[in-house]
Amino acid sequence: MQFMLLFSRQGKLRLQKWYVSLSDREKKKITREIVQTILARKPKMCSFHEWRDLKIVYKRYASLYFCCAIEDQENELITLEVIHRYVELLDKYFGSVCELDIIFNFEKAYFILDEFLLEGEVQETSKKNVLKAIEQADLLQEEAETPRSVLEEIGLT
Amino acid sequence: MSDIVEKTLTALPGLFLQNQSVGGPAGVKTSFSSRLGGLVRGITALTSKHEEEKLIQQELSNLKATVSAPTTTLRMMKECMVRLIYCEMLGYDASFGYIHAIKLAQQGNLLEKRVGYLAVSLFLHENHELLLLLVNTVVKDLQSTNLVEVCMALTIVSQIFPREMIPAVLPLIEDKLQHSKEIIRRKAVLALYKFHLIAPNQVQHIHIKFRKALCDRDVGVMAASLHIYFRMIKENSSGYKDLTGSFVTILKQVVGGKLPVDFNYHSVPAPWIQIQLLRILGLLGKDDQRTSELMYDVLDESLRRAELNHNVTYAILFECVHTVYSIYPKSELLEKAAKCIGKFVLSPKINLKYLGLKALTYVIQQDPTLALQHQMTIIECLDHPDPIIKRETLELLYRITNAQNITVIVQKMLEYLHQSKEEYIIVNLVGKIADILVLNTVDTYAPDNAWFIQTMNAVFSVGGDVMHPDIPNNFMRLLAEGFDDETEDQQLRLYAVQSYLTLLDVENVFYPQKFLQVMSWVLGEYYYLLDKDTPEEVLTKLYKLLMNDSVSSETKAWLIAAVTKLTSQAHSSNIVERLIQEFTISLDTCMRQHAFELKHLRENVELMKSLLPVDKSCEDMVVDASLSFLDGFVAEELSQGAAPYKPHHQRQEEKLSQEKVLNFEPYGLSFSSSGFTGRQSPAGISLGSDISGNSAETGMKETNSLKLEGIKKLWGKEGYLPKKEGKTGDETEALPVPQESIIMENVDQAVTKKDQCQVLTQSKEEKEKQLLASSLFVGLGSESTINLLGKADTVSHKFRRKPKVKETKSGETTSAHSMTCSYFSSSSNATYEDDYYLDALQDRGDKELNKFSLNSELLDSESLTELPSVEKLSNCKLSSSPSLFTDNNMEGFHPSQSTAPSVAPETSLASSLLEETSEHMHSELVEVCHNETISVSSYKIWKDDCLFIVWSVSNKSGLELKSANLEIAPAENFKVRQ
Repeated sequence: MQFMLLFSRQGKLRLQKWYVSLSDREKKKITREIVQTILARKPKMCSFHEWRDLKIVYKRYASLYFCCAIEDQENELITLEVIHRYVELLDKYFGSVCELDIIFNFEKAYFILDEFLLEGEVQETSKKNVLKAIEQADLLQEEAETPRSVLEEIGLT
Repeated sequence: MSDIVEKTLTALPGLFLQNQSVGGPAGVKTSFSSRLGGLVRGITALTSKHEEEKLIQQELSNLKATVSAPTTTLRMMKECMVRLIYCEMLGYDASFGYIHAIKLAQQGNLLEKRVGYLAVSLFLHENHELLLLLVNTVVKDLQSTNLVEVCMALTIVSQIFPREMIPAVLPLIEDKLQHSKEIIRRKAVLALYKFHLIAPNQVQHIHIKFRKALCDRDVGVMAASLHIYFRMIKENSSGYKDLTGSFVTILKQVVGGKLPVDFNYHSVPAPWIQIQLLRILGLLGKDDQRTSELMYDVLDESLRRAELNHNVTYAILFECVHTVYSIYPKSELLEKAAKCIGKFVLSPKINLKYLGLKALTYVIQQDPTLALQHQMTIIECLDHPDPIIKRETLELLYRITNAQNITVIVQKMLEYLHQSKEEYIIVNLVGKIADILVLNTVDTYAPDNAWFIQTMNAVFSVGGDVMHPDIPNNFMRLLAEGFDDETEDQQLRLYAVQSYLTLLDVENVFYPQKFLQVMSWVLGEYYYLLDKDTPEEVLTKLYKLLMNDSVSSETKAWLIAAVTKLTSQAHSSNIVERLIQEFTISLDTCMRQHAFELKHLRENVELMKSLLPVDKSCEDMVVDASLSFLDGFVAEELSQGAAPYKPHHQRQEEKLSQEKVLNFEPYGLSFSSSGFTGRQSPAGISLGSDISGNSAETGMKETNSLKLEGIKKLWGKEGYLPKKEGKTGDETEALPVPQESIIMENVDQAVTKKDQCQVLTQSKEEKEKQLLASSLFVGLGSESTINLLGKADTVSHKFRRKPKVKETKSGETTSAHSMTCSYFSSSSNATYEDDYYLDALQDRGDKELNKFSLNSELLDSESLTELPSVEKLSNCKLSSSPSLFTDNNMEGFHPSQSTAPSVAPETSLASSLLEETSEHMHSELVEVCHNETISVSSYKIWKDDCLFIVWSVSNKSGLELKSANLEIAPAENFKVRQ
């Protein structure tokens, strides 16, 4: 996978993750182009779109578009399932997720994504394991508010 | 996820408060994160882009002040970082915060560190200089006893890490491969995967450790190692063949549902792992029968197990089909995979249909019958409202292009081309059309000159500015080199010239620069074909273009080159004079140079003519590179005591040996520089000054021809062959009726379409589609008739008729003369064969197999002495023909139009033919019939898969034959015209 973009129906970017090294200007240009073309597509159309030499795989969940750019030899259908699994994870974590959860807690959405995908590849395919990793980190975060010694105890276990 | 409640942004403030009161992770918010909320709400409330910009700029300046203030605590910094990330996401520059993100990752507690690392991964790119500052933090965290810190460090390493600093962390990460926690092991493997991607040689020594990861008891670690193996096997599959067994075993376990239920996805066992394994197997089994045999079982099981109830099973199935077609083929599996493709293609779901087309595209060359089975679906997809489906269909058609369907396919591609605006698509499509046209020779694929030139005109007009430079170069090369038939070539060139003159007549049309360049080259080279006294007309047009400001200076150089060439044919022209006046004072030095060259050349007409010969663009110019004409001068100077010339490298060597110093420079360098300095030698200068016009012209001429050189030679004398399969155009004409029946039958074969089609054939629209189908799949049709037959009898002999008409032409060509010799009888075995062929097309099945053997027996048993009597049954009409059909290509199923006049006597011709085919069983040459001017003889060659009947027609008179018309009765069944 080359990159992942989340944007709203209004075309506002909600999340971006790049797995290829590009300049900021290039990223902005790509984002603008893709958001425009995907928003212009009709609902009954194919979930795949050719863009330059890449395939854009996208799916709309309520008001949010999730879209991934993959290379031609990759499997489009499984990429759709990657998106779906990510939405499932968000849903489980936030509890009936909506766009607002992602707007206000986008750093959490990033944390979840980083536990699920790394370097454009699926890191962990078990939903339970991903959530466990996130919860573990969250738990420690809360502990971090309390004195350091307690934290170190947990860290040592 | 359809149950997600869509909440509109207008309800935002209320919802936000609600959110805060909700428990769980979502509700955990510090007072600081509400600042982000405030920012978000502030932005949402705005109405214009301008206001947003103002607000964010203000926010950014506040943030800038906060982050650089010494009083800011790390906790506040974390909050600022989140807001910075948000601003960056909206497209504003927050680069002042990058250094603070690194600081936060370094100094913060867990909570702050996490945000710091996130900000770093989002802000910085791989080569960012600040990244080096992160290395120490990462090293420290990797050594931490806190699991979460180690996890964070490993995560950031897998996302972004400076390549040159890998050695600093590599030993630490290697250690983590033995860690007791599976999450650490998994992340360590992924970090190594990242290193393998950015610096493969750095992790080469730990390949053995990857094997351990592959055998890890934790599924997640094993799955992570598959990413590395996929990459490594992709680069070098031969090194990992021994692992095939392991991958097969793992896949068997996964498919068999042996993994923990956690890894199921919608009750499908570990789909991601399955797909990754299938991809690896596909790479391992490619062109390797022994390895492929190991995986047949598990692939069969995967195909069987995939119950089609969810998208994800389709994803697995698609990958499985891909693997089955990439490894060493096994017919049983291929059949099943083909059925699966059918499920995709015929699916009402558009995503699956798209993938079905994609699958067809890559299997089409292996199995053309699949395209026939789904031809109606393909036709429907061609007019699909979704452009991506259309494009994939065109891609599919592009791969099945042949001589019969080229016009239809190219027309469809042009239609799409005119609609599309995206540059990438235009470049791609233009490349494909040009590929079909220019790489395949005109006389085999394109129906006629006019079509060829017009299609190329369309291609140049649309894609001229963006197309690959090879396309115009190949096109000009094609025109220049031509084919075997010189008259045909001249007609093509003439047509091109006429067509460009018409195009240039149109007012206010701007053609792309590349198109203008092609035009000017063609006009310059081939205008003489028009046989006009003066090129005044075309010079006017070129002059107009030269004065046009929108024409680039590169194109102007092409234009003036064309003018120069034309001037050499008719030098007295007012326009040329005006042009010279105009451009000798031009500010463009290049143009001024060209104008002066033209001016001087005009003064020496003889020189000009020898420099710019007519129609010699393919021939090399002889350049006296040794400058032998200066020999006398050199000898004279030498005799007067001048030092002899030493090449540069010799001088340098002498200098070095004198100085007695080691030469630290690589020796190659001194040699390459010798050529360079050679140009500065006195001789070179004198050449330039003596005959400046001459040498410059030569240079120009050379560049013209040079542009055509160095391009891959993609068509041979016989034409571009790779796609030359199936039968010839003659046979298509010959068999119009059976062609229809093939299509009808194929449609019937599509299982689900069976009934539908018969009903729909009545409707007009359907008829149109049928017609389109017949024109698109025509080439495949005939070939696959045999293939379809092959299903009943896989070793059935292909009986194809290959007419070989040879004709000896007398040296002198006299006035046109046509004649008809009727009542020529053709050999009866042709009739037999034709009958068989038609029968085979009309009814297939076991019955026809019997008939087939019967026929072949007949053919075989037929003795030559019987031949003449049977021949009388059929009759053959024969007129004469202008061109010689000397088909010396045994594989091509059509006579190529060559002009090589073979004046050899009949007998030697026959003997040469016999020689050519001596390795196959063949009959004696039998004279079928003759009169005083023409004699026809025939003989048969039996080959493994087909029977050739060769007719030689020889002309005994000294007259040129006008046209040959060969008819075999019963004429309604079979007809060959040439």
